[in-house]
Amino acid sequence: MVRRNRKVVVKDFKVAEKIPRQKMSEQKPHERIKNFLEVPFGYTEEQAVKEASRCIQCKNPLCVQGCPVRVQIPEFIKLVTERKFIEAARKIKETNSLPAVCGRVCPQEDQCEKVCILGKKGDPVAIGTLERFVADYEREHIEVQNVPEVKETGKSVAVVGSGPAGLTVAGDLAKIGYNVTIFEALHKPGGVLVYGIPEFRLPKDIVSSEIKYVESLGVKLATNAVIGKTDTIDDLLNGNFNAVFIGTGAGAPKFMNLPGENCVGIYSANEYLTRANLMKAYKFPEYGTPIARGGTVAVVGGGNVAMDSARTAVRLGADKVIILYRRSKEEMPARIEEIHHAEQEGIEFHFLVNPVRFICGDSGKVKEVECIKMKLGELDDSGRRRPMIIENSEFRVKIDTFIIAIGNDPNPLIQKTTPGLKVNKWGNIVTSSDTGKTSRERVFAGGDIVTGSATVIEAMGAGKIAAASIHEYLSNL
Amino acid sequence: MSKIVSKKQLSEDVYRLDLEAPKIALKRKPGQFVILRLDELSERIPLTIVDSDSDKGIITIIVQAVGETTRKIVSKNAGEEILDVAGPLGSPTLIEKKGIVVVVGGGVGTAVVYPVAKAFKEAGNNVISVIGARNKELIILEDEMETISDKVYITTDDGSYGAKGFVTDALKNIIAGKDTIAEVLAVGPVPMMKAVCEVTKKFNIKTMVSLNPIMVDGTGMCGACRVTVGGKTKFTCVDGPEFDGHKVDFDELSRRLKSYSKMEKYGEEKQEGCCKGF
Repeated sequence: MVRRNRKVVVKDFKVAEKIPRQKMSEQKPHERIKNFLEVPFGYTEEQAVKEASRCIQCKNPLCVQGCPVRVQIPEFIKLVTERKFIEAARKIKETNSLPAVCGRVCPQEDQCEKVCILGKKGDPVAIGTLERFVADYEREHIEVQNVPEVKETGKSVAVVGSGPAGLTVAGDLAKIGYNVTIFEALHKPGGVLVYGIPEFRLPKDIVSSEIKYVESLGVKLATNAVIGKTDTIDDLLNGNFNAVFIGTGAGAPKFMNLPGENCVGIYSANEYLTRANLMKAYKFPEYGTPIARGGTVAVVGGGNVAMDSARTAVRLGADKVIILYRRSKEEMPARIEEIHHAEQEGIEFHFLVNPVRFICGDSGKVKEVECIKMKLGELDDSGRRRPMIIENSEFRVKIDTFIIAIGNDPNPLIQKTTPGLKVNKWGNIVTSSDTGKTSRERVFAGGDIVTGSATVIEAMGAGKIAAASIHEYLSNL
Repeated sequence: MSKIVSKKQLSEDVYRLDLEAPKIALKRKPGQFVILRLDELSERIPLTIVDSDSDKGIITIIVQAVGETTRKIVSKNAGEEILDVAGPLGSPTLIEKKGIVVVVGGGVGTAVVYPVAKAFKEAGNNVISVIGARNKELIILEDEMETISDKVYITTDDGSYGAKGFVTDALKNIIAGKDTIAEVLAVGPVPMMKAVCEVTKKFNIKTMVSLNPIMVDGTGMCGACRVTVGGKTKFTCVDGPEFDGHKVDFDELSRRLKSYSKMEKYGEEKQEGCCKGF
């Protein structure tokens, strides 16, 4: 029996290997740098079925283990091969409320696709692109989604923050009958999906329709509700809520504390992207929020946020966009796909350099950034080689706009206004990782506010754990 | 959504709006502000909460129409709605009994001074107010300031009302007459706040200023409102809006306030080639 099974697998493997991994077509670089439309177009139905047929339906699928929210990957892919696209989307939604988002912004190459057995000899199954395809298919073909009837528990949960962690907790708890309200500080829900990730990578219509899905599960949304100010966590606990989940993300921008950093024209990536994405400054003056345009734009940082900022600058009409990174290309934390897209769009990468000060003109507008050259030393705590300054190697670059994309700290608003809530030395909320429980009774937390900046899907994974744990906690109350 | 309950014109470009915002009315403390977004196309702008009535669920804001966004806001009438109002934001003023407190309001800055002055008065302080403007027409909240002050001095640049001169002239006179001023609060155009601080520094009188830099989210998320205070970068939206005026880098604040002035001018005129560069 075992032998026969193996034979079948080997045969399937060979067939799968012969079909090349299907590629999405995408906007040509010279066209897309002039617009904010999404870059890849997604699969056609034929491509999706063909790609799905590459999956060998492993008995013990490693891909599911590689997914922080445990999407039943082989099952949904099998439905794709049967052209049951809507059923496939529903299958994903059993565990993941935001498939169209995850299909676009998850780093599949480090998760499900990294462990795909096909990847051992060739290209792994394009799980992310298939997820995106079925989610888009469902959204485009179904007007109203059927939401299963649930028995109400009669208990209420407040979710603070409407980013990936909060939406996941809310969706999961609503599905099992909780009365859930999400509190969002900004005027629009979605958190980083709305203010941070640009339209050309994650269209906002898609985010809003995924949020509508969560709302269709019965979740209520309160925008302009700045928890810590409008209400405190204790107000929520003393009010109608049996438990509170904090998923407020890593929202406070890090600056470099360099001379001249407050010159006009120097932005945090948060500000630059919030202006462009949330406030639609790329449509100024139709939209009222302005943003710097044109000239030479330099971005410091090597993550996805740096790539997003640089690619936004290109689309805002910059003559030249430079990325400054203090290590080398190998250490860049950005997704390979993002780096590749940035390169295609003409963005220059300057490795092993770091800004040391800014020089402003008379009007206070930034004119130059002085940088210093770096070299790589021994491995540091992150397992990457530590960047070290090369003495007397300063040089200047003429710039008009500068964007700081070196990461975010947790926003301290809630920690400061919630007595007894334990935080670590960086201000992240301390939780038990298998339950999301904080030091305060009835208060749970997850996502970037706990871990520091990470990925959308990791925040969703933390949300799933917290939802299960809140359910368990409230069931035993 | 927040309904405009009433609207009153205070001077040529300055309007007082009462908004329905029950939660904010209940929570706000003197010194705090709201972020307001009029409609889907509008930018987010910070405005001081001038007053509130928690029973009626109303907050009062005072808006000076200086740009496209503020002009659009004041064009709305009672009964119409404002899409988004978030708050109360910022750190409240530390109100305690200090003795003699001098509050200085320049132009529409008086609207920011008023709630803090009122709280100082309620806390048992001797409140001396100075309100100034370019001319009589631009003096606002005179009656309100009278009710919560022990003494009000008015100055106008052209002498059309009160004493001719600047608020700093009146302030100097007050300082000359009293040697026990516990604190000065000054709010107005940046050059005015800077001038007040130069005066009070000589006499070593603690002086707070409330800053109004460019903001986006108002919750500490973007850093657009960063100012240098005592050589350190602070976010006005969460660390302020009030700071020790003797430590604020006013010149930097002035420059940052003008970040988009060129673009906004082009934007308003909807000119061809709008918005390239600043």
